[in-house]
Amino acid sequence: MKNDNWPLWEVFTQKRFGAPFEHAGNVHAPDKELALMNARDVYSRRNEATCIWVVPSDAITSSTPEDMGPFFEPSNDKIYRHPNFYKTPGASFE
Amino acid sequence: MTNQEAIFEYCLRIGDTSLILGQRLAEWCGHGPILEEDIALTNISLDLIGQTRGFYDYACQVENKGRTEDDLAFLRNDRDYRNLLMAEQPNGDFGQTIFRQFLISSYYTLFFTALSKSNDETLAALAQKSLKEVNYHLRHSTEWMLRLGNGTEESARRMRTAVEELWMFTEDFFDMNDVDRILLQAGIGIDNSALRADWLHFAQDKMKEAGLLIPEKSFAIRGSREGKHTEHLGHILAEMQSLHRAHPGATW
Repeated sequence: MKNDNWPLWEVFTQKRFGAPFEHAGNVHAPDKELALMNARDVYSRRNEATCIWVVPSDAITSSTPEDMGPFFEPSNDKIYRHPNFYKTPGASFE
Repeated sequence: MTNQEAIFEYCLRIGDTSLILGQRLAEWCGHGPILEEDIALTNISLDLIGQTRGFYDYACQVENKGRTEDDLAFLRNDRDYRNLLMAEQPNGDFGQTIFRQFLISSYYTLFFTALSKSNDETLAALAQKSLKEVNYHLRHSTEWMLRLGNGTEESARRMRTAVEELWMFTEDFFDMNDVDRILLQAGIGIDNSALRADWLHFAQDKMKEAGLLIPEKSFAIRGSREGKHTEHLGHILAEMQSLHRAHPGATW
């Protein structure tokens, strides 16, 4: 099928200054300036963001479902990897 | 004419322009060239409806006859409307909508910047609030004008057509009547005619970047200050007001 769509951009928004950027979704746009404006219009219409990043979707490398086993399972059965066995002086978490 | 009466008229002009332009842009809802642009145009429409409410609310206060925002929007005829002629011009294609937005938003950027220094605190505050939104509308329409003007042969041709269709309504921005003179004297309104040179300079520069020229021969159509409109306004009002007139006070 012929694809006449403009390139896809992934949109990341920051809810407040200093907070981590979170993936909000994606937009189509012919270039980065318009991608930024489209992202603003689609994902921060109701004050959701203080800053926006747009990234060409094809610049993102993702792990695949087939990677799930080798990538993520090894940590499940090694509870010694989790820092649960010592107490940090003054730490508020258990 | 008292200052209050002049302020009422002044608010109508601004509010009517944003309402009619907002209504025009709302016609794009579901028809945008792409989903993102559909949302962008209706966002701008909603900004403009919001501006309208601010100026209508103040108009109702200074008039003090118990009329509401809805009365102003839905129960006046075309001759009572004071919107700029540019606002009522048809959407045409996407390029024409963009160019109309560029012309109006560039003018209103200057207008609201000046009005935000008004002696009248309410007008100054409304202008300041609107200015932020208008700045974005200008950025959006300018970016698109540059891309369409410098895009394909077809997009450039469509932009040139838009210039031919719309340029004649720009002089209407800068006319001044008694309302302007009274409010200028009182430090409430602005010297509208003084914006013309700056605006022309700005518009010409940006259009040049987009490969567009101001028409050498163009007659000016004006008259919005006196409620003289093109034939398009009646049709917009008929559509916009039909529900309220059939079901007065309807809410949902």
